[in-house]
Order: sequence, then C-alpha cells, then structure tokens
Amino acid sequence: MAPLAGAPTQALPEHPEFLWRNPEPKKSYDVVIVGAGGHGLATAYYLAKNHGITNVAVLERGWLAGGNMARNTAIIRSNYLWDESAAIYEHSLKLWEGLPDELEYDFLFSQRGVMNLAHTLGDVRESVRRVSANRLNGIDAEWLDPKQVKELCPIINIGDDIRYPVMGATYQPRAGIAKHDHVAWAFARKADEYGIDLIQNCEVTGFVKEGDRVVGVETNRGTINAGRVGLCAAGHSSVLATLAGVELPVQSHPLQALVSELHLPVHPTVVMSNHVHVYVSQAHKGELVMGAGVDGYTGYGQRGGFHVIEKQMAAAVELFPIFARAHLLRTWGGIVDVTMDASPIMDRTPVDDLFVNCGWGTGGFKATPGSGWAFAHTIATGAPHPLNAPFSLDRFTTGALIDEHGAAGVAH
Amino acid sequence: MILIPCPECGPRDEVEFHYGGQAHVAHPEDPYALTDEEWGRFLFYRENPKGLFAERWVHASGCRTWFNVVRDTATYRIAAVYRLGDPRPVLTGGTP
Ligand SMILES: Cc1cc2nc3c(=O)[nH]c(=O)nc-3n(C[C@H](O)[C@H](O)[C@H](O)COP(=O)(O)OP(=O)(O)OC[C@H]3O[C@@H](n4cnc5c(N)ncnc54)[C@H](O)[C@@H]3O)c2cc1C
Ligand SMILES: [Zn+2]
Repeated sequence: MAPLAGAPTQALPEHPEFLWRNPEPKKSYDVVIVGAGGHGLATAYYLAKNHGITNVAVLERGWLAGGNMARNTAIIRSNYLWDESAAIYEHSLKLWEGLPDELEYDFLFSQRGVMNLAHTLGDVRESVRRVSANRLNGIDAEWLDPKQVKELCPIINIGDDIRYPVMGATYQPRAGIAKHDHVAWAFARKADEYGIDLIQNCEVTGFVKEGDRVVGVETNRGTINAGRVGLCAAGHSSVLATLAGVELPVQSHPLQALVSELHLPVHPTVVMSNHVHVYVSQAHKGELVMGAGVDGYTGYGQRGGFHVIEKQMAAAVELFPIFARAHLLRTWGGIVDVTMDASPIMDRTPVDDLFVNCGWGTGGFKATPGSGWAFAHTIATGAPHPLNAPFSLDRFTTGALIDEHGAAGVAH
Repeated sequence: MILIPCPECGPRDEVEFHYGGQAHVAHPEDPYALTDEEWGRFLFYRENPKGLFAERWVHASGCRTWFNVVRDTATYRIAAVYRLGDPRPVLTGGTP
C-alpha cells in the first residue's frame, strides 16, 4: 500500500538477506537460555560479545520473539525514581543509542521523548521529585506545565473541565520507541553470526539435576545438557522455575494493548498517564498504539478483560478528543510476571548453575539490552554485575525492596 | 469476561468483584517466632500456577461477601465456589 500523502510513514527498513539458521539442538552446550524473547536473545548476544561464550543455545517453545517481545507497546525510557533502577535503565538507554549501528540493523529507534502526565496534586509532587531524582542521576528530565505539554503534543486536551485535568508532566527527551520485532531479529541475527543456536518449537519441560546443581534441561526434543542454564521466560518464569524446585515471588497477569487504523501524523511524542491509565504513541506507519493496565487477577490467557480496554479508551478520548472517531484495528494480550515492588529479579537461584531473569512485569522491553548485558555477566561469571546486584532474590528476605510502583508507569 | 457465582447473589460480571489473591494463606500464629526468611515468604511468596488455583474474591459492588473460588488460570473456568473457612474441595482436571 502506498503511504498516505504527508504521512509520517517511515517505510519499514529492508531486512538483511539472511537472519538466522534453524539448527537441530546439539547434545550439550556451555549455556542454555530458556526463552527467545528480547531478553533471552540479548543475553545470548552479550554472552558472545562481552564474554566470548558462543557454545550457547536459546530454546523457545513457540516462535522466536513471539511472546511479550511481539506484544508490547515499545516504549523506551529511563526516568525511574530509585538509583538502582535509574542505573540499569539508563545503561540500557545508552546501549539503545548505539545498537542500530552495532547490530547493523535499523529498528527505527526514535527518540521522540516521553511525557508522564500528572493529574492530581499528589502526582505533581511525585513527578517533580522524580525529575530531581533523575537529574541527580544524570538522566535528562524536565518538568512541563500544561501549556508546555500542549506545545509538545498539540492534540492533548489541557482543559480544566474534565475529571482529571492535566496538571503538568515529566518529560524525558531522549526516551522514545523502537520497532520491537526488528530489535529481536537484530539480536537474533548477530547471535547466530557468533554461532549461537536459536532453536524454536523447543519447549523446556523439566530440568536435569545432579544434587543441588542443574546439568541440563528436558525438552520436547530430548534432553539437552548444559553447563549453566538461564531462564528468560517472562510470564512463565515461575511455572518453569517450579519445575526446577525454585519458588519465585512473582504473579502472572494479562496485559493488553491495541492499535487503531493508520492515521496522518498527529501524535509527535509518547504520552503516558498512570493516573487515568493510558499510554499512547503513534507508530512509524501511522497507527495509534495504546496500552492499559493489567487484569486484576492472575491469568495465563493471552487476552485481557474487556472492561480494562473500556476504561483505557475512556481516558484516551478525554485526553485526546480527536481519537473519538478512530477505528480500532486489533487488540491482543501478553502475560507479564510482576513482583511486589514492581522491580525485576536477576540473580542466581538456590539451584547451582541455574540463573533467573524475570519480574520485568509491564516494563521490560526498554531494558532489553541492559538486561541482556547484566544477565550475560551474571551467567558468565557466576556473580551479579553491579547493575543487577540490587535486583536479587534475597531482597524479599532482607527487605531491601526497590519500590518502583510510581515510576513503573503501568498499574499492577 | 468472567461470570463469577457469588454464593449470596448468584452469577455476576467480574467488574462487580475485587480480587484477593491466593486463598488459605494463614497469618502466622506467632510472627515473632519467624525467621526473616519465613516472614519474607509469608509476605511475598504466593503460588502462581498455570491451572487450578484457589483464590479469594469479594463481591465489592454487591453484598460485600468474601468467598473462595477455584479457577483455572489458563482457561478462566471456575471449578468451585465455597465459603471462607470451608476446606478447599478436592478437584481433578484443569489445565496441567
Ligand atoms: C501489552 C504489553 C505492553 C507492554 N509495553 C511495554 C512498553 O511499552 N515498554 C516496555 O519497556 N515494556 C513493555 N512491556 C513489557 C515487555 O514486553 C516485557 O517486560 C519483556 O518483553 C519481557 O522480556 P522478554 O522479551 O524476554 O519476554 P518474552 O518475549 O515474553 O520472552 C519469553 C519467552 O519465553 C518463552 N517460553 C516460556 N516458557 C518456555 C518454555 N517452557 N520453554 C521454552 N520457551 C519458553 C516464551 O514463549 C517467550 O517467547 C509490555 C508488555 C505487554 C504484554
Ligand atoms: Zn454477592
């Protein structure tokens, strides 16, 4: 289809000639990663690139990057409140800035800025505090008044006759979006180039243990021995860990998103509102991409409650009255694993040589490179990197929680 | 949409209810006797099965009764509803 006249339509970039092989699994690998989402693929890439470990397999029960990686709203930012989160998300954002060149693959990383709206006095105080915290951490952040919000995003309604008027916003100019599928394929292609085996349709159904040590995985394609095993299974992390005798403090919930039909460029930035709960950007092709909150209950059905969308649309139309006549094209859901403090877990487990990367919940896409970087270090050296050391399992015993509910951006 | 059979009011749309998480999690009888690890487990660890799960719901915009439900977290089929204090019914089937 020809692009609409005047549309932002950045045509999607051409793919390289070759993406990856589809090898048969070998009997044994130095490292087996479970889950070929963004985090699993990035972990494999950095194992090779940063640590020279290439005898690696990434096992995926479905198709490569068909989980949350293919389902998210692709927002990338690093404006988290606490030092620990700021450090890992900002490390990630810096990696994003160099990745298209490094991976030799254009994935339309677009630093169009992200606004997080404030609608109550409490929101305003929390937001202004976060701007200061971000700046102290060297992260670009500004506080915008409603007029400045309107200048950056002219279609937004800043009238005070709505239930939750816009009282201002935090703004991170370096934040933005990227074409998520292409990100996965870019990591996959480079991992393959290093000789790493990406094995699809290979479900891990159990673990082989010798005493307290994991030495392999059972799969629907046979037993695969492994020196070390890293779990990157997002929504299913606890289902998988339970098979290895490890309990994780996570709960799985459906999170949904939707897109409209294509429109002319109307929405130049990314707008998130935690209070009325919607987040919106306009994709490169022109769809309005929107997300909501998680379903309130545990669930593994890859769809969500209709009432969640209903609430999200009510908020969207109040904030952006011109959306009222947009047509919905598609809705879908992913399964996210959330922790009590809305922060991830990246650590060793009580089982030797078994490592876990989970609990990224509703916000792990932005962390993809940083997460892979730190997790590869943890697997390669057997110890956490300073970036992921605070995101340990034992924080649920010591009480050193990293409470990011305010900055997580999505209610759960 | 889940149709939840409130034991007092009968089947109602899920929007009338609030979720209370895993059922049958008893507050420790003597919290002071717990190690940090045990206390952490009580606070932060809950089952998260893909399949049958015993959980609590409250009919928030109805009779405000709390009750227990066994639900399949993969299909969302409700397998049993019973009152607080009653034992979890023994069920088979559900998503493995
Ligand atoms: C609707 C929605 C919107 C979101 N929006 C954003 C956003 O705007 N910004 C942001 O930063 N984050 C967002 N997220 C969160 C983000 O998508 C996740 O945190 C992140 O993708 C998780 O890491 P991952 O990519 O490795 O997970 P996934 O892509 O889910 O990868 C896990 C993989 O493990 C595989 N797997 C599971 N069990 C097994 C098994 N037994 N054997 C083999 N393989 C297995 C799965 O099939 C899956 O492919 C959103 C999520 C959703 C659902
Ligand atoms: Zn009732």
